[in-house]
Amino acid sequence: MTATKKAPSRVLSLPARIYLIFYNAIQFLGWSFLLYKMVDFVINQGLGGKSLWEHVEVPLLIFQSGAILEVVHCACGITPSNTVITFAQVYSRVFLIWPILYNVPDARDQIGFSLLLLAWTVTEVLRYLYYVLNLISFVPGILLWCRYTFFIILYPAGVTGELLCCYRALPHYNKTQEFSVLLPNAWNFTFNFYYYTILVMLAYIPVFPQLYTHMFVQRKKILGNKKHD
Amino acid sequence: MEIGILSTSGGKQLATLTVDPNSTLRELKTQIHRLKSHLYPDRQEFRQEPRGKGLDENKTVAALGLKDHSKLYLKDLGPQIAWKTVFLTEYAGPLFVYAWIYQRPWLFYGEGASNQPMSQVAHIAACCWVIHYAKRILETLFVHRFSHATMPVRNLFRNCAYYWIFSAYVAYHVNHPLYTAPCQMQSYIALGFWTICELGNFSIHWALRNLRPPGSKERRIPRPTKDPLTLLFNLVSCPNYTYEVGGWVAFTIMTQCLPAGLFAFAGFYQMAVWAIGKHRAYKKDFKDYPRGRKAIIPFVF
Repeated sequence: MTATKKAPSRVLSLPARIYLIFYNAIQFLGWSFLLYKMVDFVINQGLGGKSLWEHVEVPLLIFQSGAILEVVHCACGITPSNTVITFAQVYSRVFLIWPILYNVPDARDQIGFSLLLLAWTVTEVLRYLYYVLNLISFVPGILLWCRYTFFIILYPAGVTGELLCCYRALPHYNKTQEFSVLLPNAWNFTFNFYYYTILVMLAYIPVFPQLYTHMFVQRKKILGNKKHD
Repeated sequence: MEIGILSTSGGKQLATLTVDPNSTLRELKTQIHRLKSHLYPDRQEFRQEPRGKGLDENKTVAALGLKDHSKLYLKDLGPQIAWKTVFLTEYAGPLFVYAWIYQRPWLFYGEGASNQPMSQVAHIAACCWVIHYAKRILETLFVHRFSHATMPVRNLFRNCAYYWIFSAYVAYHVNHPLYTAPCQMQSYIALGFWTICELGNFSIHWALRNLRPPGSKERRIPRPTKDPLTLLFNLVSCPNYTYEVGGWVAFTIMTQCLPAGLFAFAGFYQMAVWAIGKHRAYKKDFKDYPRGRKAIIPFVF
């Protein structure tokens, strides 16, 4: 889901390359484990919301939070992606897992969370594997195809799941005013987490179509070329 | 002589024009407009390379060294809108949005909010805000001379969203029934400073207008005039931005409202970027540009 990396024409120092292989490999293993846990749950207990969350909670929080490092990678220049775009993508994930899913049990919607987890695990397993293999310049065509094709279903599915979970978290923030700053105060400042969450949800409207079409453009560019070989 | 016109996207041949060496690029644009009705001249940009710099349309074909069968690239800049139109729309929003929220509509504050007392500084702030944007509108209509006639339409939506939403954000807090005013001394001093900055900002706009003869796109080094507020030109390239930031900082201190501070900061950031760009352009275009001048903040940068 991150902005597509260009072919490794950039010169990466050896320590940076080794670190990135290490980072992406760990993420690949972590998300593969999450994928396994999800499949294991679904086979034995069917679709789930709260109980599925409890089954994957700890590794999900760990590995998804770890993605914050990717923003640092961009800022330091060891990955070619745009820092602002990466920040936005990581932010939306971290927003989902902490103030929405972790903090509000009601947000762990059966359909929403299942869709979200399915989309995230499959996408991330493919993405991190691709990065590892790309760093050693050995990406099999099938992986490339999967990476640039699965998103067609997974991206909208994931977004639907994310929006559903956010929606389910709204009543909690409306009622408790948690994380909110109210008037009166000396700096005449307010922050309402309920409205903030609504704002985040509304932001999907302009952002999602742009990212989705960007993926199609990338797909045409990267898979299109292969077909001509 | 014949000039081939190619598209910057794809390099496709769009037209072949018959021109004489003294034709300006502007005249070529008019010719192309006759061939392709959707490409009005303001939407066209000529380049010598597909990704090269846009060429000055006042230059002649001969001045650019073009010969028979030379090629020029044409970029479609997309639907354009007049700068004046953009400015008026951008600034009308804040005026009406703030004035509306000042009346404490139930939509933002619930029923009965308009009956509750309002601090003196909230009234003053509303006056300052309205005066500021009315001044901007009047300057757009009567003072500014624009070097570009148009900008892309998509800028209109982006700019309006920024101004209108931020206006509502600031207005909501200052006009809130639970707004807490700072001490009067602080507000009055800040108000005085705000007034100076507004007058200063206008002085600079007026000086810049007189720097450029009517109808021309000429650029000259700005210098202080008889108006003492223009002395700031000795210290910065863009004192209009300096005064503008000063005004918003004053407004923030006057209202002691963090949202106003955020608005001031956002404006400062954008204006600093513009000021640095203008400062660099001045230094590049004028070999004798005064040293010691900073871009926007005296002595700092």
